[in-house]
Amino acid sequence: MTTENFTESRKPPIASTGVLGWLRLNLFSNWSNTLLTILLVYFLYQIVPSFLNWSIFSADFTHNYLGQLIIDRTFCTRVMEPELGGACWAIIFVRFYQFIYGFYPIEEVWRVNIVYFLLVVAIAPLLIEKFPQRKYFLCFTFVFPIISYFLLAGGFGLNFVSTKQWGGLLVTLVLGFTGIALAFPLGIVLALGRRSKLPVISMVCTLFIEFIRGVPLITLLFFAMVMLPLFLPEGITLDGLVRCLIAVTLFQSAYMAEAIRGGLQAIPQGQHEAAQSVGLSYWQTNRKIILPQAIRITIPTIVNTSIGLFKDTTLVLIVGQLDLLGIGRAVLAAQTWMGLSIEVYVFVAIVFIIFTFSMSRYSLYLEKKLKTGINMGAN
Amino acid sequence: MSENSIISLQNVNKWFGDFHVLQDVCLEVKKKERIVVCGPSGSGKSTMIRCINRLEEHQEGTIIVDGIELTGNLKNIDNVRKEVGMVFQQFNLFPHLTVKENITLAPIWVKKMPKLDAEELAMLHLERVKIPEQADKYPGQLSGGQQQRVAIARSLAMNPNIMLFDEPTSALDPEMIKEVLDVMVGLAEEGMTMIVVTHEMGFAKTVADRMVFMDEGKIVEEAVPDKFFNNPESDRTKLFLSQILNH
Repeated sequence: MTTENFTESRKPPIASTGVLGWLRLNLFSNWSNTLLTILLVYFLYQIVPSFLNWSIFSADFTHNYLGQLIIDRTFCTRVMEPELGGACWAIIFVRFYQFIYGFYPIEEVWRVNIVYFLLVVAIAPLLIEKFPQRKYFLCFTFVFPIISYFLLAGGFGLNFVSTKQWGGLLVTLVLGFTGIALAFPLGIVLALGRRSKLPVISMVCTLFIEFIRGVPLITLLFFAMVMLPLFLPEGITLDGLVRCLIAVTLFQSAYMAEAIRGGLQAIPQGQHEAAQSVGLSYWQTNRKIILPQAIRITIPTIVNTSIGLFKDTTLVLIVGQLDLLGIGRAVLAAQTWMGLSIEVYVFVAIVFIIFTFSMSRYSLYLEKKLKTGINMGAN
Repeated sequence: MSENSIISLQNVNKWFGDFHVLQDVCLEVKKKERIVVCGPSGSGKSTMIRCINRLEEHQEGTIIVDGIELTGNLKNIDNVRKEVGMVFQQFNLFPHLTVKENITLAPIWVKKMPKLDAEELAMLHLERVKIPEQADKYPGQLSGGQQQRVAIARSLAMNPNIMLFDEPTSALDPEMIKEVLDVMVGLAEEGMTMIVVTHEMGFAKTVADRMVFMDEGKIVEEAVPDKFFNNPESDRTKLFLSQILNH
């Protein structure tokens, strides 16, 4: 047989490419798929227009249908004329300050704004590998938590602002970011500890992880609020928010540890042996060889638990901390805005989705980028 | 231990659970000597050489490498590992680092060598194994033979006195075996002390000073290649040789 008579390479059949091909392949490939597609389209047709109508076309933003500025619930179109009105977003605009800053004194709020700004400056070089002067900016990332602590709480000539006055997005971000940032290194240590050959270390780490994982976060929060003060020496009191932070961090570190341990176990023994045979120490081996690979593998899981934690921070409202959701509930409890709970919950949900969705997209981007670094087959 | 032995194993015993994997193994290796170890799978040959740089722990007997006895003493283990390079069947390159970084890692972190010097050293060794042009690629982009040569360069960069090879060509496609063996022959000619676990009998015949045949955790026969291949003493060796040479 000769292979000299190659036929010219041809284009694929029309039906498998283009919009029609895509539709055929993905939506109408067989009768059950077709049925599902039709049902779904019908379902969307029922839901989407009425939601858009409620949330945008017949919604109040700052003024009602008579053109009056909305200052409390009685001005909302949907309260005045339930037939006419959609959502009344005015509640969000009027109470925007509380949602973002809680009860932070307005004359000091510039400090929070600076922290929000610095947060972006601190995170950007962490996320973007080609950030100009990345090294120096990363140094800033490390001192950022200290700077923001003094900015938010006061000291060095700034007036003290009690954490009782913090609230809304501020508290959510403080809990979420600090929890994730502290839990990550703690999780690494716990994961390594659990795999340690020294029985005492491994046992302590295992017990810690299993205990924390075995207890609901809400229990840990109560524990931190009620029990922790009993263990502290007399005269020392811990701020309520700090207690929540401790609970949240410990909780997250246990999950982080288990995620990272999964990654550690996936690294072949040969990597340890190769590192040992060229003389690297235990810590060098882990830092240079094992952890970089293990963390790459576990990025999806790490991001997954981080997203989980970010949402779980809302539980602090049960122990009296007013995070974003807590502020929402406080706003709704006021006579002036009662009954507008859908608007508040939709708003809170959207804010959470913005943060969690960005985290998830970023992790996808990272996975893609790192795959090209670790798993480049000969192709 | 004889005067000029660089590696000395005396009555080494090791168990995996109840399985007696090394039974009273004694082996003396002189400086610049090339030893080829062969034997059926499960005979303990890999375990034996892995004991020499303490990737495995032996339970009885003594192992002395370059005057340092291998015990639980971590300092001794570190010192022995600085003397002994090892090449694995599965290459075990670090997949997240480039070829050059694979080689410079240990000189930089273990020997505290400045980065530029380490890179120069890496290029030197990459030229020695004839793939300097691959320096900035990742291991996954190389063929098996190239990866194994990088692994050899990585070991050589630590300037070891002894090289251990644990079936270095067993995971390679046939056409890549030669390029790796050529590098090893080159090393042998430069006077490196080598212990090679392999089934490449052609390599053994050209390079080995001494053949060691193991079976069931014991060294069955030790002889110079000429005698080993043409006139082996033990029946077990004869059987093994007939099986691997006549296929």
